[in-house]
Amino acid sequence: MTGTLTKLTAALLATTLLIGAAQAETLRWARSSDALTLDPHAQNDGVTSTLLNQVYETLIWRDAAGALQPRLATEWAVKEGNPNVWVFKIREGVKFSDGADLTAEDVAFSIDRARSETSPLRQLHADVVSVAAVDDHTVEVTLKGPSLIYPNNVTGTYIIDKGWAETNHTAEVADPTVNGDSYAVRHTNGTGPYVIKSREEGVRTVLEPTANHWSGVKPQVTEIVFTPIADAATRVAALLSKEVDFVQDVPVQDIERLAASDGIKIETGPENRSIFFGYRLDEAPLKSSNITDKNPLSDLRVREAFDLAINRDAIKQIVLRGNAIPTGIIVPPFVHGWTPELDTYSKQDVAKAKALLAEAGYPDGFTITLDTPNNRYVNDEGIAQAVVGFLGQIGVKVTLVARPFTQHTPLLVEQATDFFLFGWGVPTFDSAYNFNDLIHTRDGSYGNYNATGYSNAEVDAKIESLGSEVDPAKRDATIADLWKLVKDQHLYLPVHNQVVAWAVRDGINIEIQPDNSPKFGTVTFD
Amino acid sequence: MLAFILRRLLQSLVVMLIVGFLSFIVFRYVGDPLTALTNQDTRLSDRDVLTEQLGLNAPVPVQFAQFVGRALQGDFGTSFRLQEPVTRLILERLPATLELALTSVIIALSLGVVLGVLAALYRKSWWTSVIMALSLIGVSLPTFLIGIGLISLFAVELGWLPSFGRGETVLIGGWRTGLLTPSGLRSLILPALTLSLFQLTLIMRLVRAEMLEVLRQDYIRFARARGLSARAINFGHALKNTLVPVITIAGLQLGSIIAFAIVTETVFQWPGVGSLFINSVQVVDVPVMAAYLVFIAFIFVAINLVVDILYFIVDPRLRIAQRPAGA
Repeated sequence: MTGTLTKLTAALLATTLLIGAAQAETLRWARSSDALTLDPHAQNDGVTSTLLNQVYETLIWRDAAGALQPRLATEWAVKEGNPNVWVFKIREGVKFSDGADLTAEDVAFSIDRARSETSPLRQLHADVVSVAAVDDHTVEVTLKGPSLIYPNNVTGTYIIDKGWAETNHTAEVADPTVNGDSYAVRHTNGTGPYVIKSREEGVRTVLEPTANHWSGVKPQVTEIVFTPIADAATRVAALLSKEVDFVQDVPVQDIERLAASDGIKIETGPENRSIFFGYRLDEAPLKSSNITDKNPLSDLRVREAFDLAINRDAIKQIVLRGNAIPTGIIVPPFVHGWTPELDTYSKQDVAKAKALLAEAGYPDGFTITLDTPNNRYVNDEGIAQAVVGFLGQIGVKVTLVARPFTQHTPLLVEQATDFFLFGWGVPTFDSAYNFNDLIHTRDGSYGNYNATGYSNAEVDAKIESLGSEVDPAKRDATIADLWKLVKDQHLYLPVHNQVVAWAVRDGINIEIQPDNSPKFGTVTFD
Repeated sequence: MLAFILRRLLQSLVVMLIVGFLSFIVFRYVGDPLTALTNQDTRLSDRDVLTEQLGLNAPVPVQFAQFVGRALQGDFGTSFRLQEPVTRLILERLPATLELALTSVIIALSLGVVLGVLAALYRKSWWTSVIMALSLIGVSLPTFLIGIGLISLFAVELGWLPSFGRGETVLIGGWRTGLLTPSGLRSLILPALTLSLFQLTLIMRLVRAEMLEVLRQDYIRFARARGLSARAINFGHALKNTLVPVITIAGLQLGSIIAFAIVTETVFQWPGVGSLFINSVQVVDVPVMAAYLVFIAFIFVAINLVVDILYFIVDPRLRIAQRPAGA
């Protein structure tokens, strides 16, 4: 009798343990801000995109090395006989969370929605003439001209269900300038591995795995609780007090302390964002300088002197406590066109920098004002302060003006700055994105963030050719030419690439992503 | 009486208009409102179109007139950042702020009065000196530092209380409350303490000073001589007479507790209107900022109005002054 009882108890215990092992694994995730909307085409914002990436899916996405991988599209190619058309084969057997099947119609509808007047994603689809579903699982995108890189532009465009959108009167992205409220802002219906179980804006969003994801893989994380915590100290405290398991946006000054804490590990990896300085280099005199008859920075020797004056390793070690990757070019390594040669950076050489300044006719240096944001990039103001010191060593007296990013951007847009700090991410992972906005003469849709006044018709022609060149080898050669020019002419003053830092509890394995967007479907527990 | 209230209402309206206008002038210097609506990929031509559509090119008085015109119809516009109606955003977050503010006021009043009375009665004891010294810290330390200190002690070191958020909440007829769940109540402790600390010490010091004053009065001495119990004297006679200025201050402080909840809400990630305002300021979300400031102005004006009316009822001299001479 007692034996039976013991066995029974043992059996019961075993079942409990088994259930325990298969039980919900909740991942509590915190970062500095919340998604702005749930409408995948209403914002072009990293935090929003990261949350939606769990719920909605794109045609193509990227692995941790930045390479394109199939997602809702199984293959893609330029149409035979018509170089202006890209053909996407759409995965079969995919269902939206409300049960509807994914068809080519939905894909065409989504791309059209993302390129509509009111969508901030439309620039990525600016060259699209028309999108057509040719059969249930094939979509053809017709462009203005041939483009080798168009698939890079669809990695941020989520696919939604046409029927669902039309039924709920949310077929169009709400226009932010007119009063209105759109169903898609608060409701989702995606094909992704998770669905939103509950959401209180700015407070808490709970996700759970969808019943039947097309991949057939059951994610180990069976519940995600996402909480925005704006204050950095509180965010770190929440991790230390075990109220959250995974923190994005870890402040650099806390990385060492967290890494030394029991039960917490820090994952770092290079981010797809370069930090650099730009300066006016056209002939017109600088607005903020004591040299009023010409622009010292239009002289290559002065720009070279600036490059030699700064100590990038010191900025990395002291301002960023080791969390940066110094570079000699304004593009991060993931981007097509980057090479190790471009990445090499000059060692500080104050004597040579001074000599170059004297040779250019400024033995006593000159004065200039540096504009920096103070809340946008990692320790942005600190980097600018360091550079003020370095340039002081060669006699250039820099006045520093730090502003919030909302006041800094207009300076670039209006070209009202002589010398500025800026950061640039490359969502398309292709160098053309940098050239179009930072190097090309400001003209129409080109050169929007080119506040340097640089303008070179020959260079412009080369940049424009990248958009329509069909021979990859020829295109790569042009990219190499352009980068060489940017580096040799010191059109910008590169500092470093930012590093992404995530803090997670021990026992959680999460792969860091260059776009700072975790893939919870692949997270495992020890 | 009616004329008095009407006149006060009219004055209140003028105050709110002035607050609204001043905030519109200040918005010019906060930064570029387009930041919330644009990004790296936005073309310059699109920026211009947006500026035009949002009416940001219009002179400030025109923008302000448009805002007032719409606000009078109950429409505060759509948030640039969240693309949702501002009125809904504020109403959804109001319960969190009000629960936090009211809890803080209750803590500040009850603890402040009790400690103040005790400190006056036992003013020579050693713990009174300790409490008075500590109250100096409460008055002088900034709120965010107190908040972070409490988090690091009670959440990180001791692990007793949550460091952020509101815990579990329940929705009752459109009011999302955290007062009915254990985790909601636990989450309320630290932020409410942080927010109340300044008011608490203020009220305590005020009550103590008033008490000391009153205890010296003749009628207290006579009460003692009549052989009344110490309790009846201290609480029945002395405290009652100290409370008049305390109530006035507490009423006024309620408004500032709601307004200054901004810092506490940010430190504790408390999802109220204060943190909504801070997030909006960071991206220059003008519709939310404007609506919030007008709302805070309204709260101050409303509380002042109530306090004025209370005076009118409480203080007979005011009523007499209203009567025409010779009546």
